Amino acid sequence: MDKVLFGAMPYVLIFTAIVGAIWRYRGNKYTWSSQSSQFLENKTLFFGSFPWHYGIITILLGHIFGIFFPSAILAWNGVPVRLYILELTALSFGFLALFGLLALIYRRLTNSRVKALTSSWDVLILIVLLIQVVTGVLNATMYRWGSNWYAGAAVPWIWSILKLNPNVDYVASLPLITKVHIFNALIFIGFIPFSRLAHFVVLNPYKYLVRPYQVVRWYKRTPQTENIVQYK
Amino acid sequence: MDIRAQLSMSFHMDKCIGCHTCSVSCKNVWTSRRGAEYMWWNNVETKPGAGYPLTWEDQERYRGGWEVSGGSLRLKLLKGPGKIRTLANIFFQPNLPTVDDYYEPFTYDYQNLFNAPAGDDQPVARPKSLITGEFMEKIVLGPNWDDDMGGSPLYASNDPNLKGLSESQKEMLTKFHKLFFFYLPRICNHCLNPACVASCPSGAIYKRGEDGIVLIDQDTCRAWRFCVSACPYKKPYYNWANGKSEKCIFCYPRTETGQPNACAHACTGRIRFVGALFYDADRIEDVAKTPDDRLVEAMREIVLDPNDQRVVEEARKAGIDENWIRAAQQSPAYNLFKKWRIAMPNHPEFRTVPMNFYIPPLSPILHNAKAENGGTFDPESTEFFNEIDKMRIPIRFLANMLSAGNEQVVLESLKKQMAVRIYIRQKRVGDIGDSKAKSVLSSVGLTPQDAEDIYRLTSLGTFQERFVIPETHREHMTTVDPRTMYEKRGSVGFGQKKKEFLGRTW
Ligand code: HEM
Ligand code: SF4
Ligand code: SF4
Repeated sequence: MDKVLFGAMPYVLIFTAIVGAIWRYRGNKYTWSSQSSQFLENKTLFFGSFPWHYGIITILLGHIFGIFFPSAILAWNGVPVRLYILELTALSFGFLALFGLLALIYRRLTNSRVKALTSSWDVLILIVLLIQVVTGVLNATMYRWGSNWYAGAAVPWIWSILKLNPNVDYVASLPLITKVHIFNALIFIGFIPFSRLAHFVVLNPYKYLVRPYQVVRWYKRTPQTENIVQYK
Repeated sequence: MDIRAQLSMSFHMDKCIGCHTCSVSCKNVWTSRRGAEYMWWNNVETKPGAGYPLTWEDQERYRGGWEVSGGSLRLKLLKGPGKIRTLANIFFQPNLPTVDDYYEPFTYDYQNLFNAPAGDDQPVARPKSLITGEFMEKIVLGPNWDDDMGGSPLYASNDPNLKGLSESQKEMLTKFHKLFFFYLPRICNHCLNPACVASCPSGAIYKRGEDGIVLIDQDTCRAWRFCVSACPYKKPYYNWANGKSEKCIFCYPRTETGQPNACAHACTGRIRFVGALFYDADRIEDVAKTPDDRLVEAMREIVLDPNDQRVVEEARKAGIDENWIRAAQQSPAYNLFKKWRIAMPNHPEFRTVPMNFYIPPLSPILHNAKAENGGTFDPESTEFFNEIDKMRIPIRFLANMLSAGNEQVVLESLKKQMAVRIYIRQKRVGDIGDSKAKSVLSSVGLTPQDAEDIYRLTSLGTFQERFVIPETHREHMTTVDPRTMYEKRGSVGFGQKKKEFLGRTW
């Protein structure tokens, strides 16, 4: 069972994500959008979108940092005070995200305009994300110290997957909630290209910080895209 | 010098009868789709009035356009730490208008008129929301909700252009017996310094080099919706069903083939003129930074004289086609805006350097003058001509709307229009006196030839004179969109009718 869930499924779902992303980007780029619904409702969204995004993006970046620098985390956690600081910060961002997510779900259920525009994908990803955040917060509160064993057990497993040499032993002995958290994360990855989650994959906004304000496109000249008016 | 071409539309406000034919033809061609029902890429507002979306001119509320801060230009949206603030607000935008600022799109339950069972009461068609599909208790807002209500204290008093008028002046404006109103038809201004482009994190919005039309690349737009907040004219609209922003496209598929825009073509009052302008792109920034009182003048300076041989040579060097140069030389836009100086931009103080121009209406002035003089007074006289500037209230109002508050610019145009009327009246009716009519003309710096030309274009102008639109011949060019014209036939470029795995169909 573990072999299938944590040995084979990662490949299936990561493969789905990559192929799906290429398929959608090339074939149906028009639908690639954050599907903002602020235009229809903007009071509850404030209490949902801000906490959710600031919470989840911080947490995600933390996870990614851990993948690349597990030893840094372990070293930092060597001193108890620093461990508490890290755990507390992570947990508060987790709660921030959870609060935001609940507000978003509440909004989708109660506002008739937003409800009318909610697709099956929106429901699906909200469920997946809710499971993810709830199990994440439970992990952090029930099995301490999460950051330590994330760096000690989950990260080696992730690397074994990435190195095409899956070693399920790292995660086999983890508690159920943690396993749900990990497997659900894989589902989440698999869903990205098909739902509105795609919105955070193609991050063109980063260019905005360096490009001049104005964009001009030409039919006859090369390069076709040109930025003019260089004021800061 | 970096010379570029720009298509520009001008509007003769006195001739607009507020019939909305323009809006309807635009709607039929471009926005009769789900998610776009509420969009009016072309809309006509009654002034004084709150406008669409409500109080769009109030940038304290929407923070659209640019401001000069510490000597450099900055999007008003970015108060504080600059572009980072844009990205920090990507999840939720504090200044975004919502559907309630436009109106909830609706239809009527017409079927009920046919299917209602027999009964004592007449069946009615109840309004139904196009967003939720539910019945609506009451329609509280619609397109042109305050149409023809100018002067009504409820709507007119919300007009942001009334700022700077004293309480008693405002009262006079809205007093019933002196009631006046006029119409402001609006499309996207296809600005030289567009705030929509500057605010888009995706880089999806761009200005076309060849003709200056500002477009949103529908495939690149990610619904970050900054353009909606940043455009001070609120001309990009968010398609709530597709999750993409859309805007007026200046009917480029029509203008590329030399046809006028759908709105301009349909206009019953023949108030619209479309033509090409040449401008110097190196000076955009300087113009956008000019202080309010000199803004219109600076905008006139950036537009180049297409009959000047040096300009023509530069244009050829810049790769501008001969047919564009010829069109620019006969451009009604150039004549109205720069040569005769009777047209001016809408709210230049937003500093996007808008490229549509308006000839301010005389009728509020004339109506007021009549009312003040007991109703039988004929304002088309040299006596009144010399006193036009006493009509402070309407001039102030027009200046707030069309010249960043500079009353002289508005006055110049009004006087010129009056002078042309007096000159033509003398020619036709002969009751003014030749020398009086001529001296009026020369006092505003117009020659009799100018007067004849203005008269010809603004009252008799034929289709070919009002619309001088050079073809682009895109079929010969490599294009950003690699599909050929043949492959694109029958598509409007919006909503590629593809089905998602679950749910939504576009
Ligand atoms: C990194 C950059 C990201 C940006 C710029 C971004 C931006 C946005 C925007 C603009 C919206 C639309 C909000 C509205 O309705 O107006 C949105 C919605 C959403 N985002 Fe993100 N997002 C990012 C990352 C993420 C991540 C990492 C996740 C999840 C793991 C996520 C999950 C969601 C969800 C679930 C919604 C829908 C909320 C609803 O139910 O309305 N986003 N995002
Ligand atoms: S009017 Fe608005 S949408 Fe049009 S170009 Fe100017 S800033 Fe952009
Ligand atoms: S069609 Fe012409 S006259 Fe009628 S509302 Fe539009 S701009 Fe005015």
